[in-house]
Amino acid sequence: MTDTEAAADVPTPGRPQPSGPPASRWSALVARVRRPGTPLGRHLRGLVIGAVIVIALLELVSPFRVSQITTLSYYVVACAGLTLLTGINGQISLGHGALMAVGGYTTALLLPAGLPFLVAILTGAVAAGIVGIIVGAAAAKLHGPYLAGATLALAVGLPGLALAFADTLGGEQGLTVDVPRPPAWFADAHFFLFGSDPSTTQYLAYIGALVAGLVLFLLANLHTSRYGRVWRAVRDDEVAAELAGLRLGRLRVLAFVVSAVCAGLAGGVLALATRLVAPSGFTIVLSLSLIAAVVIGGLGSLTGAVLGSAVIVFLPPLVTGLGARAGLSDVQAAELAPLTYGLVLVLVMIFAADGAAGLVRRLGGRLRRRQGPGTGPPRSGHDAAQESDDAARRTS
Amino acid sequence: MQQFLDLTLSGLSQGAIYAAFALALVLIWRSTRVVNFAQGAMGMFTTYLALLAVDAGWSYWAALLLALGSGLLLGAFIERVVIRPVENGPELNPVIVTLGVFIALQALASLLFGAQYRSFPAPFGLTGLQAGSVNLAITPYGLFTIGAVLVTMIALVALFRFTDLGLRLRASAFNGEVSRLLGVPVGRMLTLGWALAAVVGSLSGLLIAGGELVWPAYMDPLIVYGFVAAVLGGLDSPAGAVIGGVAIGLALSYVSGYAGSEFAGLAALLILVAVLLVRPAGLFGRATVRKV
Amino acid sequence: MTAPERRSERPAPRSTAPPALVVEGLTATYGPVTALREVSIPTEPGRVTAVLGANGAGKTTLLRTISGLVRPQAGQVRLGERDLTGAAPETVAGAGVAHVPEGRGVITELTVEENLRLGSLLGRRRASGRGGPARGWSLDDVLELFPAIAERRRRPADTLSGGERQMLVIGRALLTEPDVLLLDEPSLGLAPRVVTQIFAVLRDLTEQHALTVVLVEQNARSALEVADTGVVLALGRVVAVSEAAELAADQALRHAYLGF
Repeated sequence: MTDTEAAADVPTPGRPQPSGPPASRWSALVARVRRPGTPLGRHLRGLVIGAVIVIALLELVSPFRVSQITTLSYYVVACAGLTLLTGINGQISLGHGALMAVGGYTTALLLPAGLPFLVAILTGAVAAGIVGIIVGAAAAKLHGPYLAGATLALAVGLPGLALAFADTLGGEQGLTVDVPRPPAWFADAHFFLFGSDPSTTQYLAYIGALVAGLVLFLLANLHTSRYGRVWRAVRDDEVAAELAGLRLGRLRVLAFVVSAVCAGLAGGVLALATRLVAPSGFTIVLSLSLIAAVVIGGLGSLTGAVLGSAVIVFLPPLVTGLGARAGLSDVQAAELAPLTYGLVLVLVMIFAADGAAGLVRRLGGRLRRRQGPGTGPPRSGHDAAQESDDAARRTS
Repeated sequence: MQQFLDLTLSGLSQGAIYAAFALALVLIWRSTRVVNFAQGAMGMFTTYLALLAVDAGWSYWAALLLALGSGLLLGAFIERVVIRPVENGPELNPVIVTLGVFIALQALASLLFGAQYRSFPAPFGLTGLQAGSVNLAITPYGLFTIGAVLVTMIALVALFRFTDLGLRLRASAFNGEVSRLLGVPVGRMLTLGWALAAVVGSLSGLLIAGGELVWPAYMDPLIVYGFVAAVLGGLDSPAGAVIGGVAIGLALSYVSGYAGSEFAGLAALLILVAVLLVRPAGLFGRATVRKV
Repeated sequence: MTAPERRSERPAPRSTAPPALVVEGLTATYGPVTALREVSIPTEPGRVTAVLGANGAGKTTLLRTISGLVRPQAGQVRLGERDLTGAAPETVAGAGVAHVPEGRGVITELTVEENLRLGSLLGRRRASGRGGPARGWSLDDVLELFPAIAERRRRPADTLSGGERQMLVIGRALLTEPDVLLLDEPSLGLAPRVVTQIFAVLRDLTEQHALTVVLVEQNARSALEVADTGVVLALGRVVAVSEAAELAADQALRHAYLGF
């Protein structure tokens, strides 16, 4: 990708596709989409291919699988946002479960008021984004373990609000969510295309997939945009980025807000999919699952976020089944999944830190950028040298 | 006034536990620059081992020793096997590794011990002491808690200040390279540091469980409160961790008493954010926080 | 930890011959950069070998490779019969090689006395391993040698001045009962008067106790005054080896590599 193309990308991300651009802009856009190799075109094609696959799946698989796809969709949305924050910008958050709760509760509160569900979900996302501004502003001053601890406190503390305002937020029991029925036009279209009425489960899965697809598309463009590069620069070398005139604090807050909005959207979809929002649905375990997903999938990559989410969603039934067949009780077998991804998390980190220099560099930079003459972003050789030296030093 | 006194007394005994947990975090942070997010899960696991021992007819004290001993081994094992390989990597890697251990241990505990609530015994009474006709909110068990934490701290101070081993441990934590040049087996010292910290973490797990219910996630709030206490004290300062722990214990006790226990977590969050924004190095520490 | 009965033994010269340090053909790399190429240096008990050269010539890497902080790709480090090539730093230290690193040798969070005690701990272990003290340095001997730090023995080591720190780390190294002393830039940042003082002490110690000293210095002039043998490194290679006096007299070499 050349710089001019990247610069041309700037206005696009963060904004929905222009609904009615002037003819000249429209043709320019079409040209960019058609041109092979431009990020926007690649991402659009990915969106279309993904949509075809998802529709095919939703029509062919069992209702259980359909509901799993809905679950996958909100994990994908949340993880895509988290991977932007952790992988691209280098900030860790153990509190995204709490941000999902903000989105979920907002959605659940607005739906009975008669708002269309999309409006409710989007409002939830905005609410999470506002919380994200506050948390992000505090987070921008912190790093590594401090940030992890602070966001962990968020994950533990925020659900307390649901108990404190039990009248509005339903306390321990939580709020039930009225699931929207498929509207007539959707049912008609579905019948016309597939010859059957859509089930509510299918309808929800379509909503989830739509949100996930749009989020992935927008974030993919954001990754390749100037912002993506700037975020990476901040992650890799704060000092150089600051010397280059970047405003680190604002960039960090922005990354946090974008990922908080994603978490809010995910929370909204979760509220619809599970038909319930309650403190027990937004525990630390949820936040940690998200981190597990982005780490297992490969930090900083949207594909990784999708793959990691798939692991988190599809692994549990798989290993639970295996456990049950091995003679464990259902309750016990259900614990095999977190056991597995806890262990996988550790293994990924150990092997990444030792071997896969790519992962190390992607995640890293934060701690081990000590000096080096004229340290700039391309510093792999220097870094690798230092690492092997360090490894040699502690051999006993 | 009576309520304030009661809240202060129960805050002190809770604070002692937070202090022990924070101390465990600080010991590890000081030597390896890792915040051990698995500390809570490790303490939970060893407490379950103690519970099994009690179920099998052991006395509370034998079970306590078992828990502390297994904490020692668990801490050493985790440092050697999973922390050592990532120690020199990027800062986030050990954080994620300890989270992985956290998730895995919690799942393992549910798998082995069951996920249901179990009650954990206390070696001393749980009803308030009488002062004249007034019923105080301090129980014999609460006094035991405070005493146990105090003894542990005195033992640690004695170890670090007055013994050769303590000197080697501190030297390894402060400057590994120079220590190695002076013949100190730094790798072994770091393992031992983790092991000692895990003992203290196990103790806090046991103490908070006494007379209460345990389940695999019962330590989760303690991770946060202990972390807040440690940060309040500066993460680098054992004395700061203890003072921070007591301060958090008191603060949360007042919040719970006057506003409601559901606000405790939020209060901890607010204290943490306030400390980090106003005095990022904590009240006693010299930690470096990134400049923006 | 003070052992008065040992003090009387201090001046007694050691009976057995000290083991000789052999450094041969060392090659070491820092990642893609080769920092040392087949470096051999002559050393001998009771003599000071000065290793000279410009910044980045590989002097510090040479000491770090001898003491085990850097693993060599090729070559050999031996002390007497013991092969120390690629051994861990704590093993090398235990074998009797005391490395005083440049600048950062003081553990500033500990007190002066605790820094010294760390040296004594190793010294005691080495002495008992050999079946009795060889030189029998005690903490008090060291404090006597450097009265400046004696006054501050209970203070945190970060309150010391540069010269006092240098005395502290040299004293601490002596307490480890070393056969070999590796000194990295002991004159760095010190006033000339202090440098003279420290080098004088060093000279005495070397001869009295048959220490093998490898002295890395930027300050070539002072180093050659105290040293017996001089080695000049450039870009990781040995470019000259000879008696210190001869090196100091070789004007062309001095101009090319030593800058005086």
